Amino acid sequence: MKRILLCLAVVALYVLHQDIWFWRTAYPLVFGFVPIGLFYHGCFSVAAALLMWLLVKYAWPGHLEAEAQRKEEPKH
Amino acid sequence: MIPAIFVFLYLAAVLYIGVFAFRKARGKGEAEDYFLASRSLGPFVFLFSLFGTNMTAFAILGSSGHAFQNGIVTFGLMASSSGLVIPLTIFFVGTRVWALGKKHGFMTPVQMFRDRWECSHIGTVIFVVQATLLVPYIIIGIMGGGTTLNVISGGAVPFWFGGAIVAMVVMGYVFFGGMRGTAWVNTFQTILFLLFGAIAIVVIGAGMGGFKSAATAIASSPLAPLLTRERISPYYFFSYTFIPLSAIAFPHILIFCLTAEKMNHFKKTVIFYPLCILAIWLPCVFLGVMANRVTDVPQIKAKQEARRMLATQGKNLSPEQRDELREESAGDDVIMLLLQRYAPLWLAGLLGAGIMAAVMASDSQILALSTMFTEDVFAFYGHKNRFGEAVQINTGRIFIVLITMVAYAVALRAPETIFELAIQYAFSGFAALSPLLIAAIFWRGSTKWGALASTVWTAAAVVAVALFQHLVAAPAPGPSIVVWSLGGTEVLSRTPGGTAVFGFMPVVPMVIVSALLMVIVSLVTSKPKQTTIAKYFEVNR
Repeated sequence: MKRILLCLAVVALYVLHQDIWFWRTAYPLVFGFVPIGLFYHGCFSVAAALLMWLLVKYAWPGHLEAEAQRKEEPKH
Repeated sequence: MIPAIFVFLYLAAVLYIGVFAFRKARGKGEAEDYFLASRSLGPFVFLFSLFGTNMTAFAILGSSGHAFQNGIVTFGLMASSSGLVIPLTIFFVGTRVWALGKKHGFMTPVQMFRDRWECSHIGTVIFVVQATLLVPYIIIGIMGGGTTLNVISGGAVPFWFGGAIVAMVVMGYVFFGGMRGTAWVNTFQTILFLLFGAIAIVVIGAGMGGFKSAATAIASSPLAPLLTRERISPYYFFSYTFIPLSAIAFPHILIFCLTAEKMNHFKKTVIFYPLCILAIWLPCVFLGVMANRVTDVPQIKAKQEARRMLATQGKNLSPEQRDELREESAGDDVIMLLLQRYAPLWLAGLLGAGIMAAVMASDSQILALSTMFTEDVFAFYGHKNRFGEAVQINTGRIFIVLITMVAYAVALRAPETIFELAIQYAFSGFAALSPLLIAAIFWRGSTKWGALASTVWTAAAVVAVALFQHLVAAPAPGPSIVVWSLGGTEVLSRTPGGTAVFGFMPVVPMVIVSALLMVIVSLVTSKPKQTTIAKYFEVNR
């Protein structure tokens, strides 16, 4: 269930990148000078960092590290 | 000239870091130490060096220049999409490549492909395509270096000489320091250009008397579309989300993934990557847009005039005249012009060093090419066994000198702006190679023939796009030239900025067809031995 929710969150954020609702307007100017489209994508980057934190916390492939320690060949 | 002195001091510092890394490595004499820093990078250096290696001239000069011409759309096109897609690929692919590299001793992607798909010469084909696509990326660094030194010195250092200095310094610390030197320099550079964005926006904002009046003035002028995305089609915007797939397919990024001491070091990189992108790109894009309000810098006025001429009279001009105007209106140096105008000399110098830090990120590409050549060609064809590891490392060093010289020679002749050159060739090509990596790691059924089909397709598509854009001149700003339509649908068009296929950038069909070829050809060709497949899928559960 946790994995499905995380997958849905990734897909949702990908879709939210295509913010057609702020396409043709600069207003409101956030803080009086940042166009809303730019502000939105700044917030999008913060949301991406939060999503990465969730992935690291709940879906970290920790088993890979243990597997990697079991070397088969010294060098290629 | 004072700012240029700061930049030269900075160049001396990074060269010293390379020499220091060389001294630290003395006596080790192993290829894995020179090319991968003995897989020993800690979490802090791993985060900053991996991020720094992906931020080139493109991040500061290209982004502000693109924003100067196209507006705030630049951030959504490249920064926020990268902030989502790149850490995702590091999370899913980078960690698995790290584990496989640690277990089987791989040092390059091609080594992994050869082992995974039991192939030899097909691996060489992949090497050739990867190496060819990587060279433009190195050229960007040299071009950016030439432009930066030229502008910072007020024209006293010509473009050719600035590019030569940057090429020599990068070559120097990569030559001596190998991966350890490159990672340390990248860490130092990343800290510098993270500071750069914050300081630049405060200094330039204060100099312009605050941004409120500038933003309001742009919003109520004919330049208002720069604050929206109304000039960009949603298809074009969507296409750009495919470009960051290139990051994990770039050999230098993948090779960097092999340098972490522990897999836990990836955690900070994955989480902080979007925030680092935000910290660098947001100020650069915003300042690039605001530069349009600056009326007392003659060079910026000249760029605006060239842009206006192109828009109003472009249709009546020859393709050569249009290209000339495009070059005149290119904004790759606007951020430095703003610093010259608004920052005190000493601060402009420090900030110039920050820009130089971003510009010089071509170091890891040069090192990656050298690693790939010595491992995928020199060692693979038996020369390592014949001549030993010391000769292998020296061959790598000679290769570094040669590739830098070739890239410099091309940089002197390349007519494209930094941004266009990067996007059209290297990024789209590597994005189309990403299905190889994903199939190798996640799909048991993938085969070497599928990999070959994807690789040949990628090479052919890049050449086709380059040829098409060479043969069909870019139109003036406005409607595209429709070259092929089917039942009223525009299939292939030449746009003012490049090529459109069904309205999308070429990267979209390139990635989709590459993935399809990997699947279809793999389904009808014979698989590697079960023992080989098991090696990969016991790690990658």
